[in-house]
Amino acid sequence: MSKKILDLRGLSCPQPVFETKKAVEDPSFDGLEVIVDTKTSVENIQRLLSGFKGVSYTVEEGEDFKVNISKG
Amino acid sequence: MEFFKKHWKIISCGIFIGIAATLLQKFGNPANMGICVACFERDIAGALGFHRAAIVQYIRPEILAFVLGSFVSSLIFKEFKPRGGSLPLVRFFLGFFAMIGALVFLGCPWRAFLRLAGGDWNAIAAFAGLVIGVFIGVQFIKGGYNLGRNYPTYKFTGLIMPLLMLSLLLLLLIKPIVPGGAPFFSEKGPGSQHAPIFISFAIAFFIGIFAQRTRFCTMGAVRDIILMRDFHLASGVIGLLIFAFLSNAILGQFKPGFAGQPIAHTNQVWNFLGMVLAGLAYALAGGCPGRQLFLSGEGDIDAGVFVIGMVVGAGFAHNFGVAASPAGIGPWSAFAVIVGLLFCLATGVFMRKTLA
Repeated sequence: MSKKILDLRGLSCPQPVFETKKAVEDPSFDGLEVIVDTKTSVENIQRLLSGFKGVSYTVEEGEDFKVNISKG
Repeated sequence: MEFFKKHWKIISCGIFIGIAATLLQKFGNPANMGICVACFERDIAGALGFHRAAIVQYIRPEILAFVLGSFVSSLIFKEFKPRGGSLPLVRFFLGFFAMIGALVFLGCPWRAFLRLAGGDWNAIAAFAGLVIGVFIGVQFIKGGYNLGRNYPTYKFTGLIMPLLMLSLLLLLLIKPIVPGGAPFFSEKGPGSQHAPIFISFAIAFFIGIFAQRTRFCTMGAVRDIILMRDFHLASGVIGLLIFAFLSNAILGQFKPGFAGQPIAHTNQVWNFLGMVLAGLAYALAGGCPGRQLFLSGEGDIDAGVFVIGMVVGAGFAHNFGVAASPAGIGPWSAFAVIVGLLFCLATGVFMRKTLA
Protein backbone atom coordinates (compact mmCIF):
# COMPACT_ATOMS: atom_id res chain seq x y z
CA MET A 1 0.00 0.00 0.00
CA SER A 2 1.38 3.41 -0.91
CA LYS A 3 1.92 5.91 1.84
CA LYS A 4 -0.88 8.33 2.63
CA ILE A 5 -0.14 11.90 1.50
CA LEU A 6 -1.60 14.96 3.19
CA ASP A 7 -1.30 18.17 1.17
CA LEU A 8 -1.76 21.01 3.65
CA ARG A 9 -0.14 23.80 1.67
CA GLY A 10 -1.63 27.27 1.92
CA LEU A 11 -3.86 26.60 4.91
CA SER A 12 -4.12 29.05 7.81
CA CYS A 13 -3.06 28.19 11.33
CA PRO A 14 -3.90 25.81 12.98
CA GLN A 15 -5.11 23.62 10.13
CA PRO A 16 -1.76 22.09 9.05
CA VAL A 17 -0.77 20.97 12.52
CA PHE A 18 -4.34 20.04 13.50
CA GLU A 19 -4.92 17.86 10.42
CA THR A 20 -1.56 16.18 11.01
CA LYS A 21 -2.53 15.50 14.61
CA LYS A 22 -5.80 13.92 13.55
CA ALA A 23 -4.06 11.72 10.98
CA VAL A 24 -1.35 10.51 13.38
CA GLU A 25 -3.88 9.81 16.14
CA ASP A 26 -6.10 7.85 13.75
CA PRO A 27 -6.05 4.12 14.63
CA SER A 28 -5.31 3.32 10.98
CA PHE A 29 -2.15 5.48 11.01
CA ASP A 30 0.68 3.67 9.30
CA GLY A 31 3.08 6.27 8.00
CA LEU A 32 2.24 9.58 6.40
CA GLU A 33 3.74 12.23 4.17
CA VAL A 34 2.69 15.79 4.99
CA ILE A 35 3.33 18.63 2.55
CA VAL A 36 3.29 22.19 3.91
CA ASP A 37 4.63 25.46 2.53
CA THR A 38 5.74 27.50 5.52
CA LYS A 39 8.48 27.01 8.07
CA THR A 40 5.93 27.87 10.74
CA SER A 41 3.84 24.82 9.85
CA VAL A 42 6.94 22.59 9.89
CA GLU A 43 7.90 23.84 13.35
CA ASN A 44 4.37 23.33 14.63
CA ILE A 45 4.29 19.79 13.27
CA GLN A 46 7.72 19.01 14.73
CA ARG A 47 6.59 20.27 18.12
CA LEU A 48 3.44 18.17 17.82
CA LEU A 49 5.34 15.01 16.88
CA SER A 50 7.87 15.43 19.68
CA GLY A 51 4.94 14.73 22.02
CA PHE A 52 4.14 11.37 20.42
CA LYS A 53 5.88 8.17 21.47
CA GLY A 54 6.75 5.65 18.79
CA VAL A 55 6.64 8.11 15.92
CA SER A 56 9.66 9.34 13.96
CA TYR A 57 9.95 11.79 11.12
CA THR A 58 12.26 13.39 8.60
CA VAL A 59 11.91 16.79 6.95
CA GLU A 60 12.75 17.33 3.32
CA GLU A 61 13.22 20.97 2.38
CA GLY A 62 12.66 22.26 -1.14
CA GLU A 63 10.17 24.64 -2.72
CA ASP A 64 7.78 23.17 -0.14
CA PHE A 65 8.43 21.10 2.96
CA LYS A 66 7.77 17.38 3.10
CA VAL A 67 7.47 15.82 6.51
CA ASN A 68 7.76 12.04 6.36
CA ILE A 69 6.21 10.51 9.43
CA SER A 70 6.56 6.85 10.23
CA LYS A 71 5.88 4.45 13.05
CA GLY A 72 8.74 3.42 15.31
CA MET B 1 13.13 23.74 33.65
CA GLU B 2 12.64 21.37 30.74
CA PHE B 3 9.65 23.50 29.75
CA PHE B 4 11.72 26.68 29.78
CA LYS B 5 14.47 25.06 27.71
CA LYS B 6 11.97 24.03 25.07
CA HIS B 7 10.13 27.34 24.87
CA TRP B 8 12.76 29.95 25.81
CA LYS B 9 12.58 31.80 22.49
CA ILE B 10 8.86 32.50 22.58
CA ILE B 11 9.06 33.23 26.33
CA SER B 12 11.82 35.80 25.73
CA CYS B 13 9.74 37.37 22.96
CA GLY B 14 6.79 37.75 25.35
CA ILE B 15 9.05 39.13 28.08
CA PHE B 16 10.55 41.63 25.65
CA ILE B 17 7.12 42.81 24.48
CA GLY B 18 5.92 43.12 28.09
CA ILE B 19 8.89 45.23 29.17
CA ALA B 20 8.98 47.24 25.92
CA ALA B 21 5.30 48.15 26.20
CA THR B 22 5.57 49.36 29.77
CA LEU B 23 8.70 51.36 28.89
CA LEU B 24 6.92 52.94 25.92
CA GLN B 25 4.31 54.16 28.40
CA LYS B 26 7.11 55.68 30.45
CA PHE B 27 8.37 57.35 27.26
CA GLY B 28 4.97 58.85 26.48
CA ASN B 29 2.53 56.28 25.11
CA PRO B 30 -0.93 56.23 26.78
CA ALA B 31 -1.35 54.45 30.12
CA ASN B 32 -1.86 50.67 29.93
CA MET B 33 -1.49 51.13 26.17
CA GLY B 34 2.24 50.87 25.65
CA ILE B 35 1.36 48.80 22.62
CA CYS B 36 -2.17 48.08 21.45
CA VAL B 37 -2.52 46.91 17.88
CA ALA B 38 -6.24 47.69 17.68
CA CYS B 39 -5.97 51.11 19.36
CA PHE B 40 -2.96 52.08 17.27
CA GLU B 41 -4.61 51.07 13.99
CA ARG B 42 -7.59 53.11 15.14
CA ASP B 43 -5.29 56.09 15.72
CA ILE B 44 -3.89 55.66 12.20
CA ALA B 45 -7.44 55.54 10.80
CA GLY B 46 -8.05 58.83 12.60
CA ALA B 47 -4.83 60.43 11.36
CA LEU B 48 -5.86 59.58 7.81
CA GLY B 49 -9.25 61.17 8.37
CA PHE B 50 -11.27 57.96 8.28
CA HIS B 51 -12.94 59.06 11.51
CA ARG B 52 -13.33 62.40 13.29
CA ALA B 53 -12.66 61.46 16.90
CA ALA B 54 -10.15 64.26 17.49
CA ILE B 55 -8.54 62.67 20.55
CA VAL B 56 -7.41 59.46 18.81
CA GLN B 57 -5.52 60.54 15.71
CA TYR B 58 -1.84 59.72 15.25
CA ILE B 59 0.25 57.70 12.82
CA ARG B 60 1.59 55.16 15.30
CA PRO B 61 5.10 54.17 14.26
CA GLU B 62 4.76 50.90 16.20
CA ILE B 63 2.32 49.49 13.64
CA LEU B 64 4.53 50.46 10.71
CA ALA B 65 7.62 49.02 12.40
CA PHE B 66 5.91 45.72 13.19
CA VAL B 67 5.27 45.11 9.50
CA LEU B 68 8.65 46.42 8.37
CA GLY B 69 10.54 44.46 11.05
CA SER B 70 8.76 41.28 10.08
CA PHE B 71 9.42 42.03 6.41
CA VAL B 72 13.17 42.46 6.94
CA SER B 73 13.31 39.39 9.19
CA SER B 74 11.49 37.25 6.63
CA LEU B 75 13.95 38.40 3.94
CA ILE B 76 17.00 37.63 6.09
CA PHE B 77 15.72 34.21 7.11
CA LYS B 78 14.36 33.38 3.66
CA GLU B 79 10.75 33.16 4.77
CA PHE B 80 9.42 35.98 2.60
CA LYS B 81 6.74 34.20 0.59
CA PRO B 82 4.12 36.29 -1.20
CA ARG B 83 0.88 34.34 -1.03
CA GLY B 84 -2.84 35.04 -1.09
CA GLY B 85 -6.26 34.16 -2.38
CA SER B 86 -7.86 32.56 0.67
CA LEU B 87 -11.23 34.35 0.70
CA PRO B 88 -9.92 37.91 1.14
CA LEU B 89 -13.39 39.48 1.43
CA VAL B 90 -14.29 37.21 4.34
CA ARG B 91 -10.97 38.08 5.98
CA PHE B 92 -11.68 41.79 5.44
CA PHE B 93 -14.92 41.51 7.39
CA LEU B 94 -13.36 39.32 10.07
CA GLY B 95 -10.89 42.18 10.52
CA PHE B 96 -13.69 44.74 10.41
CA PHE B 97 -15.74 43.02 13.11
CA ALA B 98 -12.66 42.12 15.16
CA MET B 99 -12.05 45.88 15.41
CA ILE B 100 -15.70 46.50 16.36
CA GLY B 101 -15.31 44.04 19.25
CA ALA B 102 -11.91 45.45 20.21
CA LEU B 103 -13.22 49.02 20.36
CA VAL B 104 -16.23 48.06 22.48
CA PHE B 105 -13.80 46.60 25.04
CA LEU B 106 -11.07 49.15 24.20
CA GLY B 107 -8.13 46.98 23.32
CA CYS B 108 -6.70 44.05 21.43
CA PRO B 109 -5.54 40.96 23.36
CA TRP B 110 -2.07 42.54 23.79
CA ARG B 111 -3.68 45.47 25.56
CA ALA B 112 -5.97 43.19 27.55
CA PHE B 113 -2.86 41.58 29.03
CA LEU B 114 -1.12 44.95 29.47
CA ARG B 115 -4.22 46.30 31.23
CA LEU B 116 -4.19 43.30 33.57
CA ALA B 117 -0.49 43.86 34.20
CA GLY B 118 -1.28 47.47 35.08
CA GLY B 119 -3.95 46.46 37.59
CA ASP B 120 -6.98 47.21 35.43
CA TRP B 121 -9.34 44.47 36.58
CA ASN B 122 -11.88 45.31 33.85
CA ALA B 123 -9.60 43.32 31.59
CA ILE B 124 -10.56 40.14 33.48
CA ALA B 125 -13.97 40.16 31.78
CA ALA B 126 -12.23 40.73 28.45
CA PHE B 127 -9.85 37.83 29.04
CA ALA B 128 -12.84 35.59 29.81
CA GLY B 129 -14.40 36.88 26.58
CA LEU B 130 -11.26 36.06 24.63
CA VAL B 131 -11.27 32.50 25.96
CA ILE B 132 -14.95 32.01 25.11
CA GLY B 133 -14.60 33.60 21.65
CA VAL B 134 -11.62 31.42 20.81
CA PHE B 135 -13.39 28.38 22.29
CA ILE B 136 -16.29 28.92 19.87
CA GLY B 137 -13.81 29.31 17.01
CA VAL B 138 -12.11 26.05 17.99
CA GLN B 139 -15.47 24.22 17.81
CA PHE B 140 -15.81 25.44 14.22
CA ILE B 141 -12.24 24.39 13.40
CA LYS B 142 -12.96 20.93 14.82
CA GLY B 143 -16.08 20.83 12.66
CA GLY B 144 -14.09 21.41 9.49
CA TYR B 145 -14.22 25.21 9.23
CA ASN B 146 -11.58 26.71 6.98
CA LEU B 147 -11.22 29.53 4.48
CA GLY B 148 -9.46 27.38 1.91
CA ARG B 149 -5.91 27.58 0.67
CA ASN B 150 -3.81 30.54 -0.26
CA TYR B 151 -1.44 30.21 -3.21
CA PRO B 152 2.05 31.53 -3.95
CA THR B 153 1.82 34.63 -6.09
CA TYR B 154 3.85 37.47 -7.65
CA LYS B 155 6.77 38.75 -5.56
CA PHE B 156 5.54 42.32 -5.89
CA THR B 157 2.30 41.64 -4.04
CA GLY B 158 4.30 40.89 -0.90
CA LEU B 159 5.83 44.36 -1.08
CA ILE B 160 2.49 46.17 -0.99
CA MET B 161 2.02 46.11 2.80
CA PRO B 162 5.65 47.05 3.61
CA LEU B 163 5.43 49.88 1.02
CA LEU B 164 2.15 51.06 2.51
CA MET B 165 3.81 51.20 5.94
CA LEU B 166 6.80 53.02 4.50
CA SER B 167 4.43 55.58 2.96
CA LEU B 168 2.73 56.08 6.31
CA LEU B 169 6.14 56.55 7.92
CA LEU B 170 6.96 59.28 5.39
CA LEU B 171 3.60 60.90 6.09
CA LEU B 172 4.47 60.90 9.80
CA LEU B 173 7.96 62.30 9.29
CA ILE B 174 7.14 64.91 6.64
CA LYS B 175 3.69 65.92 7.94
CA PRO B 176 2.73 67.51 4.61
CA ILE B 177 0.47 70.56 4.75
CA VAL B 178 -2.82 69.76 3.06
CA PRO B 179 -5.21 72.71 3.48
CA GLY B 180 -7.97 71.63 5.86
CA GLY B 181 -6.98 68.03 5.36
CA ALA B 182 -5.23 65.00 6.73
CA PRO B 183 -3.01 63.86 8.26
CA PHE B 184 -4.62 64.79 11.55
CA PHE B 185 -2.68 64.64 14.79
CA SER B 186 -4.46 64.82 18.14
CA GLU B 187 -3.65 67.81 20.32
CA LYS B 188 -5.10 66.23 23.45
CA GLY B 189 -6.25 62.79 24.59
CA PRO B 190 -4.62 59.42 23.94
CA GLY B 191 -3.70 60.32 20.36
CA SER B 192 -1.50 63.16 21.62
CA GLN B 193 0.36 60.86 24.00
CA HIS B 194 3.24 59.16 22.31
CA ALA B 195 6.85 58.22 22.80
CA PRO B 196 9.43 59.85 20.50
CA ILE B 197 9.08 58.49 16.96
CA PHE B 198 12.56 57.00 16.84
CA ILE B 199 12.18 55.11 20.13
CA SER B 200 8.75 53.76 19.18
CA PHE B 201 9.96 52.71 15.76
CA ALA B 202 13.20 51.09 16.93
CA ILE B 203 11.59 49.08 19.73
CA ALA B 204 8.68 47.97 17.53
CA PHE B 205 10.99 47.09 14.63
CA PHE B 206 12.86 44.76 16.95
CA ILE B 207 9.56 43.27 18.15
CA GLY B 208 8.65 42.75 14.48
CA ILE B 209 11.79 40.69 13.93
CA PHE B 210 11.41 38.80 17.22
CA ALA B 211 7.74 38.01 16.67
CA GLN B 212 8.29 36.97 13.05
CA ARG B 213 10.90 34.46 14.25
CA THR B 214 8.87 33.11 17.18
CA ARG B 215 5.34 33.34 15.64
CA PHE B 216 4.14 35.13 18.80
CA CYS B 217 0.32 35.11 18.84
CA THR B 218 -2.03 35.86 21.74
CA MET B 219 -5.10 34.26 20.15
CA GLY B 220 -3.06 31.19 19.18
CA ALA B 221 -1.95 30.93 22.81
CA VAL B 222 -5.52 30.35 23.95
CA ARG B 223 -6.49 28.32 20.87
CA ASP B 224 -3.62 25.84 21.10
CA ILE B 225 -4.41 25.08 24.74
CA ILE B 226 -8.08 24.42 23.94
CA LEU B 227 -7.49 22.58 20.67
CA MET B 228 -4.29 20.64 21.36
CA ARG B 229 -3.27 21.09 25.00
CA ASP B 230 -0.19 22.85 23.63
CA PHE B 231 1.25 25.57 25.90
CA HIS B 232 3.99 26.80 23.55
CA LEU B 233 2.42 30.10 22.47
CA ALA B 234 0.84 30.53 25.90
CA SER B 235 4.28 30.50 27.51
CA GLY B 236 5.09 33.64 25.53
CA VAL B 237 1.93 35.41 26.65
CA ILE B 238 2.55 34.43 30.28
CA GLY B 239 6.06 35.87 29.96
CA LEU B 240 4.55 39.11 28.66
CA LEU B 241 2.03 39.28 31.50
CA ILE B 242 4.49 38.60 34.32
CA PHE B 243 7.22 40.93 33.08
CA ALA B 244 4.84 43.72 32.15
CA PHE B 245 3.52 43.48 35.72
CA LEU B 246 7.01 43.51 37.26
CA SER B 247 8.07 46.38 35.04
CA ASN B 248 4.92 48.32 35.91
CA ALA B 249 5.57 47.72 39.61
CA ILE B 250 9.12 49.06 39.30
CA LEU B 251 8.06 52.05 37.20
CA GLY B 252 5.19 52.88 39.56
CA GLN B 253 2.61 52.19 36.87
CA PHE B 254 0.70 49.45 38.71
CA LYS B 255 -2.63 50.83 39.98
CA PRO B 256 -5.09 48.05 40.87
CA GLY B 257 -8.85 48.57 40.68
CA PHE B 258 -11.93 48.72 38.48
CA ALA B 259 -12.95 52.37 38.50
CA GLY B 260 -11.05 55.22 36.91
CA GLN B 261 -8.68 53.03 34.90
CA PRO B 262 -7.08 54.79 31.92
CA ILE B 263 -8.94 54.51 28.60
CA ALA B 264 -11.29 51.87 29.98
CA HIS B 265 -14.90 51.50 31.10
CA THR B 266 -16.51 49.32 33.75
CA ASN B 267 -19.38 47.79 31.78
CA GLN B 268 -18.32 44.17 32.26
CA VAL B 269 -21.04 42.66 30.07
CA TRP B 270 -19.71 44.52 27.05
CA ASN B 271 -16.06 44.20 28.02
CA PHE B 272 -16.80 40.49 27.88
CA LEU B 273 -18.98 40.36 24.75
CA GLY B 274 -16.76 42.77 22.80
CA MET B 275 -13.86 40.42 23.32
CA VAL B 276 -15.97 37.32 22.58
CA LEU B 277 -16.58 38.84 19.14
CA ALA B 278 -12.97 39.86 18.64
CA GLY B 279 -11.62 36.53 19.90
CA LEU B 280 -13.91 34.58 17.60
CA ALA B 281 -12.92 36.73 14.62
CA TYR B 282 -9.20 36.26 15.36
CA ALA B 283 -9.68 32.51 15.72
CA LEU B 284 -11.53 32.28 12.40
CA ALA B 285 -8.84 34.37 10.70
CA GLY B 286 -5.99 32.35 12.23
CA GLY B 287 -4.20 35.04 14.22
CA CYS B 288 -4.44 37.94 16.65
CA PRO B 289 -4.08 41.50 15.28
CA GLY B 290 -0.35 41.52 16.01
CA ARG B 291 0.19 38.21 14.27
CA GLN B 292 -1.78 39.47 11.24
CA LEU B 293 0.66 42.40 10.98
CA PHE B 294 3.69 40.10 11.15
CA LEU B 295 2.17 37.74 8.58
CA SER B 296 1.44 40.65 6.25
CA GLY B 297 5.11 41.62 6.52
CA GLU B 298 6.30 38.20 5.39
CA GLY B 299 4.09 38.25 2.30
CA ASP B 300 0.72 36.93 3.45
CA ILE B 301 -1.46 39.43 1.58
CA ASP B 302 -4.66 37.93 3.00
CA ALA B 303 -3.39 38.95 6.43
CA GLY B 304 -2.88 42.39 4.88
CA VAL B 305 -6.55 42.43 3.90
CA PHE B 306 -7.47 41.58 7.51
CA VAL B 307 -5.38 44.56 8.67
CA ILE B 308 -7.11 46.91 6.21
CA GLY B 309 -10.44 45.51 7.43
CA MET B 310 -9.47 46.46 10.97
CA VAL B 311 -8.53 50.01 9.94
CA VAL B 312 -11.82 50.46 8.09
CA GLY B 313 -13.66 48.93 11.05
CA ALA B 314 -12.05 51.54 13.32
CA GLY B 315 -13.24 54.37 11.09
CA PHE B 316 -16.71 52.91 11.06
CA ALA B 317 -16.76 52.30 14.81
CA HIS B 318 -16.01 55.94 15.61
CA ASN B 319 -18.25 57.41 12.89
CA PHE B 320 -21.28 55.36 13.88
CA GLY B 321 -21.25 55.54 17.68
CA VAL B 322 -19.99 51.99 18.06
CA ALA B 323 -16.65 52.61 19.82
CA ALA B 324 -16.76 52.73 23.60
CA SER B 325 -15.12 55.47 25.66
CA PRO B 326 -14.19 55.84 29.34
CA ALA B 327 -17.81 57.04 29.81
CA GLY B 328 -19.11 53.63 28.71
CA ILE B 329 -20.20 51.89 25.55
CA GLY B 330 -21.51 53.84 22.57
CA PRO B 331 -25.19 54.07 21.53
CA TRP B 332 -24.65 51.46 18.81
CA SER B 333 -22.00 49.26 20.47
CA ALA B 334 -24.39 46.49 21.46
CA PHE B 335 -26.09 46.36 18.07
CA ALA B 336 -22.79 46.24 16.18
CA VAL B 337 -21.37 43.49 18.41
CA ILE B 338 -24.47 41.36 17.83
CA VAL B 339 -24.26 41.88 14.06
CA GLY B 340 -20.57 40.96 14.21
CA LEU B 341 -21.29 37.81 16.20
CA LEU B 342 -23.93 36.78 13.66
CA PHE B 343 -21.44 37.34 10.83
CA CYS B 344 -18.77 35.27 12.55
CA LEU B 345 -21.20 32.48 13.45
CA ALA B 346 -22.42 32.35 9.85
CA THR B 347 -18.81 32.25 8.65
CA GLY B 348 -18.05 29.37 11.00
CA VAL B 349 -21.18 27.44 10.11
CA PHE B 350 -21.25 27.87 6.34
CA MET B 351 -17.56 27.74 5.45
CA ARG B 352 -16.46 24.21 6.00
CA LYS B 353 -15.18 21.34 3.96
CA THR B 354 -13.18 18.20 4.49
CA LEU B 355 -9.50 18.74 3.84
CA ALA B 356 -8.07 15.28 3.86
